[in-house]
Amino acid sequence: MGKIGQKTVWIAATLLALTLVSAILFDWGYLRGESEVARAAEIGGPFSLVDHHGKSVTDRDYLGKPTLVFFGFTNCPNVCPSTLLEITDQLKELGPDADRLNVLFITVDPERDTPQQLALYLSSFDPRITGLSGTPENILAAEKAYHIYAKKVPLEDGGYTMDHTATVAMMNSKGQYVDAMHFQAPIATTRAKLRRLLGLGNS
Amino acid sequence: MYTNTSRLQRFAMSATFLLSMSVVAAAQQFKVNSIVIEQPWIRATPAGAKVAGGYMTITNTGSEPDRLIGGALPQAGRFAVHEMKMDGNVMHMHEVQGGLEIKPGQKIEFNPSGYHVMFTQLREPLKQGDTVKGQLRFEKAGSVDIEYRVEGLGAQGPQQHRH
Repeated sequence: MGKIGQKTVWIAATLLALTLVSAILFDWGYLRGESEVARAAEIGGPFSLVDHHGKSVTDRDYLGKPTLVFFGFTNCPNVCPSTLLEITDQLKELGPDADRLNVLFITVDPERDTPQQLALYLSSFDPRITGLSGTPENILAAEKAYHIYAKKVPLEDGGYTMDHTATVAMMNSKGQYVDAMHFQAPIATTRAKLRRLLGLGNS
Repeated sequence: MYTNTSRLQRFAMSATFLLSMSVVAAAQQFKVNSIVIEQPWIRATPAGAKVAGGYMTITNTGSEPDRLIGGALPQAGRFAVHEMKMDGNVMHMHEVQGGLEIKPGQKIEFNPSGYHVMFTQLREPLKQGDTVKGQLRFEKAGSVDIEYRVEGLGAQGPQQHRH
């Protein structure tokens, strides 16, 4: 035995330690995953806003159809127009099936994004996208309901821009959170998620 | 038969398009002293938008550091250099204070997901396919007139890079 035996013991001990560490890491990751699922279930909730036609609306007006909810603002050079264009392209690809979907673009900048400004801005995208604005308090409540981070960033000229969560929440027809569209995710991944949301097979 | 014709037409159209794009691209280089600016482009803006992003590659071929300290676009009230960063799912944006340094030999790529020129107080929409004149100002190299190509609303780079 001697040296060889000692070596075997060492190898066995190392393997055991590695197994333990990976089990702990796996468990931790698993638990973390679970809590994310629990948090996801809380995404969504009541809101009371004004659409880009100037009509007062609440979350209940959009029940009965799956809904995409995206928060952004019109003074946004990249994430917002890119996401709205991607949604526009996806809706076109879905064709008439996309009529069974609500798409909401909720402003994080109600000060500048009036319903009129949203209407003008959205005229460059799919007409099935609805813009929502409202009082700062009601916008804040909607942001909270959808777990959206949004913060004003002052600019040198006295103006400001906004930092904000760029994820598009995918809600089912009962207003429950199902999934999310992520900024710059592969187009095919998002298409598959949208088809699933609409109860369609893979194209 | 119909399919073949339309395919051929489509091919011819895209070939012509790509060819014309590469001619344009080849011409899009601007120089001022040690500073070389390549392929400036702007993203087309949605109706009513008050901001536009400008992108390009800037190379400092000299032996001294320089700074991009300003610029102009006739259609916009203000010019600034911004940096965009994604932190998980959150988009962060901030203004680069005091101009952007370009070290000797450094090549900085401006793109929608990083450094970009931010035009604010936009007076009119910028339309895809147009060319707009602008100016950049460097601390040492001085001012230079450039031309931006206006690319599509969701473009992530100048046209020819996407093919």
